[in-house]
Amino acid sequence: MLRRIAATRNIARSVGGPSRRLLSTTQPRQADVTLTIDGKEVTVPQGTALIQACEQAGAAVPRFCYHDRLAIAGNCRMCLVEVERSPKPVASCAMPVMPGSKVFTNTPLVHKAREGVMEFLLANHPLDCPICDQGGECDLQDQSMRYGSDRTRFHEITGKRAVENKDLGPIVKTSMNRCIQCTRCVRFANDVAGVEDLGTTGRGNDLQIGMYIEKTMDSEMSGNIIDLCPVGALTSKPYAFQSRPWELKKTESVDVLDAVGSNIRIDSRGVQVMRVQPKINDEINEEWINDKSRYAYDGLKYQRLTTPLVREGNRFVPAGWEQAMETIRHGFLNSGARGDEIKAVAGGLADTEALVALKDLVNRLGSENLTLDQNLGDAAPANSVDIRSNYLFNTGIENIEDADAVLLVGTNPRHEAAIINTRFRKSYLHRGAEFAVIGEKFDSTFEYEHVGTSPKDVEAFLSGSSKGAFAKIFNEAKKPLIIVGSAVTETKDGAAVLKAVSKHVLANEGKFLTPEWNGFSVLQRAASRAAAYDIGFTPSSSATSTKPKFVYLLNADDVDPSSIPEDAFVVYQGHHGDVGAQYADVCLPAAAYTEKAATWINTEGRSQLGRTAVPPPGASREDWKIIRALSEVVGSPLPYDDTDTLRLRMHDISPSLVRYDAVEAPSPEVLKLGLSTLSSASTSAASSTPFKKPIQDFYRTDPISRASVTMAECSKAFTKKDWPLSNVDDVAQASYA
Amino acid sequence: MLSSRTSLLRSLPTASTSFRAGASASRSLATVSDPPVRHYGGLKDQDRIFTNLYCKHDHGLKGAQSRGDWHRTKDILAKGDSWIIQTIKDSGLRGRGGAGFPSGLKWSFMNKPGWEKDPRPRYLVVNADEGEPGTCKDREIMRGDPHKLVEGCLVAGRAMNATAAYIYIRGEFYQEASHVQQAIDEAYKAGLIGKNACNSGYDFDVYLHRGAGAYICGEETALIESIEGKQGKPRLKPPFPADVGLFGCPSTVANVETVAVAPTIARRGGAWFAGFGRERNSGTKVYCVSGHVNNPCVVEEEMSIPLQELIEKHCGGIRGGWQNLKGIIPGGCSVPVIPRDVCETVLMDYDSLKDANTSLGTGAVIVMDQTTDMISAIARFAKFYKHESCGQCTPCREGTTWMMNMMDRMVEGRAQEREIDMLLELTKQVEGHTICALGDAAAWPIQGLMRHFRPEVEARLAGFHAKNGQTLFGGRLLSEADTRYALPDNLGGDAARNVAQISAP
Repeated sequence: MLRRIAATRNIARSVGGPSRRLLSTTQPRQADVTLTIDGKEVTVPQGTALIQACEQAGAAVPRFCYHDRLAIAGNCRMCLVEVERSPKPVASCAMPVMPGSKVFTNTPLVHKAREGVMEFLLANHPLDCPICDQGGECDLQDQSMRYGSDRTRFHEITGKRAVENKDLGPIVKTSMNRCIQCTRCVRFANDVAGVEDLGTTGRGNDLQIGMYIEKTMDSEMSGNIIDLCPVGALTSKPYAFQSRPWELKKTESVDVLDAVGSNIRIDSRGVQVMRVQPKINDEINEEWINDKSRYAYDGLKYQRLTTPLVREGNRFVPAGWEQAMETIRHGFLNSGARGDEIKAVAGGLADTEALVALKDLVNRLGSENLTLDQNLGDAAPANSVDIRSNYLFNTGIENIEDADAVLLVGTNPRHEAAIINTRFRKSYLHRGAEFAVIGEKFDSTFEYEHVGTSPKDVEAFLSGSSKGAFAKIFNEAKKPLIIVGSAVTETKDGAAVLKAVSKHVLANEGKFLTPEWNGFSVLQRAASRAAAYDIGFTPSSSATSTKPKFVYLLNADDVDPSSIPEDAFVVYQGHHGDVGAQYADVCLPAAAYTEKAATWINTEGRSQLGRTAVPPPGASREDWKIIRALSEVVGSPLPYDDTDTLRLRMHDISPSLVRYDAVEAPSPEVLKLGLSTLSSASTSAASSTPFKKPIQDFYRTDPISRASVTMAECSKAFTKKDWPLSNVDDVAQASYA
Repeated sequence: MLSSRTSLLRSLPTASTSFRAGASASRSLATVSDPPVRHYGGLKDQDRIFTNLYCKHDHGLKGAQSRGDWHRTKDILAKGDSWIIQTIKDSGLRGRGGAGFPSGLKWSFMNKPGWEKDPRPRYLVVNADEGEPGTCKDREIMRGDPHKLVEGCLVAGRAMNATAAYIYIRGEFYQEASHVQQAIDEAYKAGLIGKNACNSGYDFDVYLHRGAGAYICGEETALIESIEGKQGKPRLKPPFPADVGLFGCPSTVANVETVAVAPTIARRGGAWFAGFGRERNSGTKVYCVSGHVNNPCVVEEEMSIPLQELIEKHCGGIRGGWQNLKGIIPGGCSVPVIPRDVCETVLMDYDSLKDANTSLGTGAVIVMDQTTDMISAIARFAKFYKHESCGQCTPCREGTTWMMNMMDRMVEGRAQEREIDMLLELTKQVEGHTICALGDAAAWPIQGLMRHFRPEVEARLAGFHAKNGQTLFGGRLLSEADTRYALPDNLGGDAARNVAQISAP
């Protein structure tokens, strides 16, 4: 089936016929099929795999190779069931349902077949469960309890198969002796991650999974193959031998290391985050998360601010909260900051509650100088944020799979939103979607046409003067999509680019803005940006030109140092002693995303609730509480004392902030109003300065990932391509042998 | 070949039906006359389809035309797809690749109602990946009569309304590939194929694709994968190739011999072809006889020829006389072996061999006389299947290796008697649980060995035990076991202990 996908793409290209999709993915509703499973009648849509129908009938079918989000391989043969009038057992994962068929999942024939397969799987599987990291969450272990024999018949003097381990980089640890060749990892790498060089070599009993040649698996999604592996062949290197699954407390939360808002499950033991796993959410991340979301957690242990720090000369001195607050009060009063001279800068990891509290506080002190720590963050944003659809990913993450022609303007989705990139890969493979990029080229997981590099090229392309193949496809597309990167809006040309794009969208609104389709999207890359725009965390025009005397950095680490005057009093609030903290006069230790219950708005405008998995370390506190305390100190107390009242305040600002898990689509009128604001803005002519990638190193984008050892290794291996490939555990292998 | 030998799996009836019962019964009062006993075999020269099997004549276009190829092919094409398919159906032709599926029926799957509306191209894929050990019929056809194959592609292609034919030829067949390519080039030049083939108004292309010698690429879907440039690993069915085949288009995979006989059948009529052989096993067949016969050969004979006659007549008999025969594998290495007494009665056709718990397969008769170590021979097959398993699905990947290891031990005798039954159980665990038929093909020879030659295996084990003492499961000797520890009771060591207890009261 793996191979069929590629074939499918060929057909879609060569014949132009309706391209086929996999059985497992959602499809327009088709006729229903009724069949009997273990005497129970079930009705399922046509084209459903038999294994899914069995699930629906309540008959559990064991499986190794089948995964409902991957192509079907049908090679583990564990899911065999008996079908009436079929002479031999049938692999239920590969068999579409047939109307009226009678299926049995619990007969002697089925048991015998499955027990036989289990015996074969165990024949060459090492009996090292006690030292295997998969123990406790191993499919083979679980299923052998049901279908395995209590003693072996395999005593061959030739012994078991031995396979050399592969070095796939700093994330995936391999123990290939345990591999059962289910090829889940291969299918994931090819279909989802776009790593086409993970595959099988050799045949028969010598079949091996690997990269064909000795190299690492260069993908920002590689961690997912660890989850997919039904045995312990692929395990996590950073998590190796750390804990057992039953020791872990599981907390469902939201990832904040990009703006996608992937749903995660934080596994913690005591006060420590042990690992981060994806949580299924079909509307966002399906079942995947990227490697940064998954492995930056060790950064939560290093370089933390655990106690308030007060600058004395050239060094920070630990202080109590009271002393720190007192210092801030003195600093604030002595700075003589008034009105817009009080400046707040919000960073990418600021949660919505803290943003609201900080904005309220700063506003109460008479300032409108609310800025962001991005390029041109001091100025009012180019995409006039009064209308939500001007800065959000309006298309919706789930819907982009339907796009047939996608124009990416100044963005590299692979680094700015790796999850969204996997959806592109999906539509590229299954729908034959076409892509084009204006901006810096990047190593993509889909083919694209490079139609330009600069804002000028955007204007030229959209005015129809481009002669490339994509221009034709784009004009004829039924569901075209333009994605403007967040970095574009942070340049001087941002307004001009948005003007050109919005003009084009409005001119073709029959295709771009239909009740089912919104083809204009802005892709944010920082978790807090959408929330900041939602609550209006932007400076007034007068504030922009004011020289600040008191600067409050809320998780702001990418701030431009030149925007902080030498003589200003600077407070840094955040969880890491990163770049931002070094400008500060006082550092206030706050909680990281795993340590607080906070609201996060993702790039679609979807509001989600992160939950507390572990307590904040040392004396650090939740962000909004610090600001609330500070408001007392500076003499303008905020009117909320607990989360509930704070969220009521958020509801007052924008109800969508607290309508969790929902995306509110704007009405067409508002949408068009927003676009016409953009298209009628008076801008300077688009320049020919090329767009620049905002993320040079995917693995080091924020204080958490910069503090992470794993991310540093990934950066070395994947960004700098400087990973010393080695037969990592020659010694260990010798001891196994 | 390997293609879908699954049909055989459905039932291998245990009781041998007596096809001679009518002939041998004696009656004292002749009130009813017995139907005349028809004897099969002795195909006349004028009825041979492959007239240049031994490459004695020109294999080029001129020579082929002098032997009747390409004679009024246009008329055949003009009669249309349904006529050709009906003729093939009338002829009773069954697939010559091993599974024996009725060809007319198979080809008709390509012409489902409404096929004209499908914009996809359609392909005939010819399986010339003749990898089954013992089989050498297709290579003789392609070497001597390549034009029969090319013309067959056109006729069969017309029958299934294919746009092109791909001939997937085994990489080792260098000369054969050259001859077929020469035939294709000549046919293109003469306007016999290509645009407006034979002036019939029908466009048809023929491509030759050389494989790299993997046995599994003879399985139809693995072959399709291989042509597509991927690893030759069988696909899951459904969808069947007739729906989604080569490059995602409707395709039919057929054996060289099946395709090559089609033009002659179309010219001489289905009834002529059906006149040979028993009912449901009609036609002529190219048999390849190898092994311990005086004159190994490839010969075209009538279907249902008695196996003994085939050997005596064309191969000069068994080396050292018929009594020196030990066993025969009648259809390539993937079918079970039959012992001499069965060989004496069995007819070389699908049904008779099926009744004898074996199969016609490709018609590759492997003869083994008394000098043969039967266990070693079957162990060699087990090694072959281990080597050729694609490794995709579990039972075959693990099972073939395990079976090979056990067979290797049995050759030496280093096994316990109970392991014979365990080995048989393993073959059952592989059989019918795999994606393609290679798992079955690996299991059957071993089952055949144990069915007919079990005493020989047991004797081998007993001999080893007598010399080396008790053997544990897995092949280790009891004498080698570490006596400091208790012997696990699943190693089969208790047998000796029991014996010891009984003998020393």
